[in-house]
Amino acid sequence: MIHVPLFVLAATVSGAMTGGRLRDQVPVARNFLVAVFEWFGDLGLFCGRLIRAALAPPYEFGELLRQCDAIGSKSLPLVALAGAATGVVLSLQTRYSLIRFGAKAFLPAVIVFSIIKESGPIITGLIVSGRVGAGIGAELGSMKVTEQIDAMEASAVDPFKFLVSTRVIACILMLPLLTVASNFCGICMGWVANTLAEPISLRLFIEDGFKSMNFSDFLPPTLKTAVFGLIIGIVSCFQGMRTTGGTEGVGRSANSSVVLSSLFVILADVVLVRLILTVWG
Amino acid sequence: MKENGLESAIKIGDLRKAFGEQRVLNGINLQVRQGETVAILGRSGGGKSVLLKLIIGLQSPDAGSIRVAGQEITKLEENELNEVRKKIGFLFQQAALYDSLTVEENVAFPLSRHAKVSTDERSKRVHELLADVGMDRDLQKMPAEISGGMQKRVGLARALALNPEILLFDEPTAGLDPITAAEIGELIVDLKRKRRMSAIVVTHDVHGARTYSDRMVLLHEGNIVAEGTFDELQSSQDEFVAQFFGYGSRS
Repeated sequence: MIHVPLFVLAATVSGAMTGGRLRDQVPVARNFLVAVFEWFGDLGLFCGRLIRAALAPPYEFGELLRQCDAIGSKSLPLVALAGAATGVVLSLQTRYSLIRFGAKAFLPAVIVFSIIKESGPIITGLIVSGRVGAGIGAELGSMKVTEQIDAMEASAVDPFKFLVSTRVIACILMLPLLTVASNFCGICMGWVANTLAEPISLRLFIEDGFKSMNFSDFLPPTLKTAVFGLIIGIVSCFQGMRTTGGTEGVGRSANSSVVLSSLFVILADVVLVRLILTVWG
Repeated sequence: MKENGLESAIKIGDLRKAFGEQRVLNGINLQVRQGETVAILGRSGGGKSVLLKLIIGLQSPDAGSIRVAGQEITKLEENELNEVRKKIGFLFQQAALYDSLTVEENVAFPLSRHAKVSTDERSKRVHELLADVGMDRDLQKMPAEISGGMQKRVGLARALALNPEILLFDEPTAGLDPITAAEIGELIVDLKRKRRMSAIVVTHDVHGARTYSDRMVLLHEGNIVAEGTFDELQSSQDEFVAQFFGYGSRS
């Protein structure tokens, strides 16, 4: 699916470079549109089946906990490291900019606001897209091509309930928690980077940083990552469950899970930021 | 459903299935009686595995009826279909063991989902099932750490976990050395004697099928072209049947 836009782009560019006529590009564009509509149609049916499976008892709490561990705790070191690096970079970059404008006193607030409102959530979303999206896409893809999913259905176990809904719910639950961890590491390392350049106590840094922050500055950006989790879970499970073509197909599913979930996370962020600003100002 | 005094475990009528332009099954009619083992033979890509997947509801037919254990499965909702599936055991071609679970956990999986028994009872049942198929060691190994023949045995133990009335085997001896293939064949004969289950075995192995099947069905280009015992089919005058059994017998 992700190859289609690339193919269209390549066809258009090569057509333009070789003087190809627009008429030749029409079937390519039409095929692309058909593929896009088919993909979204299949995704809609997939979501319908997922909702039915997730709501109907019995509930797979054991598997959900296992997935929370695999998606949440096992992503924690990577997310924490990425959050910490973001904090350091923000501190280094912002410091010199603020000094130039004579606003150095705002440094703690700028770091805390940037991390909590945007950097933390989006970095966490993208890191989890990469780690978890690829993992789910490859795992389900591999299960699909080796008939393990068929075997599960043949054992009268609904794979949408056991495999898909547990992974999607775990992604929804874990993303906000990972974001909080990422924010914490980012703010702490932002202070460390700042204090290496100009010593400031952690207490003063935190007080300055959070002085003008409201609960509404923290809650919506953190909770929006639950939507990122929903996107990552659904897209990667969808790509994994429709894998065909052996090991090569598994590679394609892992790849497309990461690319598409990262893309949709970024697009969803644009919409959610607009929505949050409209509702909470 | 009763014919000749025996009830049908599986009854298929005018079953059709196509993938795009490719017609795989062209109106199949087949009946498997209680306790009977039917071997389905045919060339690769002839629709044998598709037929098994249709019987257990993993794929939907384009037309026709499939009655399994007295129920028309083509008209069932997912939860009703799952009730029928509990009466069917399926051994996949590559065993299809869950590669993140150990041998023991693989066999315990259907029991933990559907059988309301204590952990001790479940564990005892898993050990019995594995012992029945000659797997009384390596229970904590992962599927990737055991041989293809052992994987087939574990797959068979998993298929038997819910005490099914019907067993479906998809190429049970494919890819195995002759000794292991013969052992799997013996297991099927043993199961047939002990459990009196109905079974469909999809295979290329004509001589193996002769030992464990009551009847053979030859599938060619989506149609059943011959049906009968090994001796009846071997003496057939039909060109394809003679060719298939000629090659099959030599191999």
